[in-house]
Amino acid sequence: MVLRIRLIKREQESAVARITVPVLSVISALLFGWLFLFIYGAEAGETYLKMYHGALGTSYAFSETLVKAIPLMLAGLAVSLAFRMKLWNIGAEGQLYMGAFAASGIALGWGNQPAWILITVMLLAGFIAGGLWGLITGVLRARWGVNETITTLLLNYVAILWVDSLVYGPWRDPQSLGFPLTPRFSMNAYLPTLGDSRVHIGLLIALLIAIIFYYLLNYTRWGYEMKVIGESHLAARYAGINVPRNIMLVMLISGGIAGIAGMIEVTGITHRLQSGISPGYGYTAIIVAWLGRLNPFAIIVVAFLMGALLVGGFAAQSSGIPFSIVLILQGSILFFLLAGEIFLKYRLKLSRRAAE
Amino acid sequence: MEMSILIAFLAATIVAGTSILLAALGELIAERSGILNLGVEGMMLVGAVTGFLMAIKTGNHWYGLLAAMLAGGLLAALHAFICVTMRGNQVVSGLALTILGTGISGVVGKAYQGVPLSNPFKAVHIPGLADIPVLGPILFRQDALVYCSILIAIIIWYVFYRSRWGLSIRAVGQNPAAADAVGISVSRVRYCCTILGGVLAGMGGAYLSLAYAPSWQENMTAGRGWIAVALVIFALWNPLRAIMGAYLFGGVEALTFRLQIIGISISSFYLAMLPYLLTILVLALVTIRLRQETGTPAALGLAYDREER
Repeated sequence: MVLRIRLIKREQESAVARITVPVLSVISALLFGWLFLFIYGAEAGETYLKMYHGALGTSYAFSETLVKAIPLMLAGLAVSLAFRMKLWNIGAEGQLYMGAFAASGIALGWGNQPAWILITVMLLAGFIAGGLWGLITGVLRARWGVNETITTLLLNYVAILWVDSLVYGPWRDPQSLGFPLTPRFSMNAYLPTLGDSRVHIGLLIALLIAIIFYYLLNYTRWGYEMKVIGESHLAARYAGINVPRNIMLVMLISGGIAGIAGMIEVTGITHRLQSGISPGYGYTAIIVAWLGRLNPFAIIVVAFLMGALLVGGFAAQSSGIPFSIVLILQGSILFFLLAGEIFLKYRLKLSRRAAE
Repeated sequence: MEMSILIAFLAATIVAGTSILLAALGELIAERSGILNLGVEGMMLVGAVTGFLMAIKTGNHWYGLLAAMLAGGLLAALHAFICVTMRGNQVVSGLALTILGTGISGVVGKAYQGVPLSNPFKAVHIPGLADIPVLGPILFRQDALVYCSILIAIIIWYVFYRSRWGLSIRAVGQNPAAADAVGISVSRVRYCCTILGGVLAGMGGAYLSLAYAPSWQENMTAGRGWIAVALVIFALWNPLRAIMGAYLFGGVEALTFRLQIIGISISSFYLAMLPYLLTILVLALVTIRLRQETGTPAALGLAYDREER
């Protein structure tokens, strides 16, 4: 007798698997991370507790998690739009940096303008700069079919070096004692905060964009067009949809929203442009979008959890655990999720068969 | 005097291109079988750190190399499992691999950050050939891995175009259903090619930490894995063209390095952008010019499901 495992296609996606797969993925990733903490010589249970406490244990911790979640929400929404069309924008990191750069330029140049004008212009500048950065890839892809994964990724390095060239060079604050940062913005360029925490109205902007996305994707013709393009370029062309134009448009908007994430980080948190403004928000955004199954509201929730992971990572770092443990957890969550996704569409069937 | 500078520059070009070449050859094998692996950067980083640690612990850089290849292959096996067995999304799995690899290398290598390696790969003068004027110093006074990488490229070319195996691999990448119909195991070919790809990416990473800059630095690959992925397209999936491409990028790296040393007035940040911008430019030009006949494996990035034939 031989036990054979076969995959049988389900009639429709399993609702149970839709909940259990992500939960089991996170648990498995924690166990996987355990292994590396053990190799590193750290007490894993203690580390995880410390991370949990640092991220969610106190009201201050909670607000810090929210602070980190805001750029993740925006960048996650940004990439999810492109992913819907199977357009692999993995350049949110660079688009975020370009948005931060443009917004900082405005804040440093016109700091004496009234706050509401200044912040509106910064928002627009962030959107345009990030959008144009994304559009470079969009045009190359739409017009000539140049692989967007590689161009978006490589442009990340260029954008980061560009910001570095400014904060180490012409934009450096003479009083910074050599640190790579610009002078502090004028108070007019500070994003209003909610209550007396560091949480700023960027949160509301992110929620607003999520609602707009939800509406666009589900209730408009354009949302439908994007879905068709995601299924098949050929089918879209037959349906009379302009595929190249949509690719460029989506890269522009996707980059623009990632740019807003950068703008919001400099006006809401750092209040200046500095080297390394993002601890990899643009890359974590990919995980956020995928874990959220490209659903705008799920992305908001997942961004919060990933924000907690980041803040937890910083807390662990202060007690000597390398921050890279966060990357191990992120990467393995994604892996387990991918592996588990097959159970949404298929079920396992064990069958006994006489040995041949 | 001028001549000796040029010779030194060309020799440095080859050294700088070797790690990209190894990684690109690995990616090329995987892609030929239809598996896109965007985890090259992560596999290279894990290769670099594993190779370095093993070389320091055993005092033998060959053991380091072996460990790096093994580590790269292991990570690639994970990717193959997701893409072949679980039919998961190849792009996302590759990205996960890069994130995971970056994390693993960061945790494992933390304690060795910046420690120099005392026993790196050293130049091997090939008797006779090394004394040829001009060519000798450029080609025949390199380290063992440089020779290896060129040899591997030639072997891969031979296997692809002159053997049954190569035919099977290309068939699986081109039309898995047809390959399946003539009795080739699509899964087995894809597993083998993906894992072999990881082995070479690990080797490419180890080249950095054992020969090029013998030490461990966090994120020391600095995007080379991505350049390698682009290089495969530039090479039109041909291993011999990959050699040319890798040395082109090696040349740019060697050039920027030299310009920085001379203290040229261009900001070092702009110089550092060059390899990335060049990659995008070359990628765009190649795609635009050869749109019709790129040689892209037709089934690249698609999971194979027998029942959906």
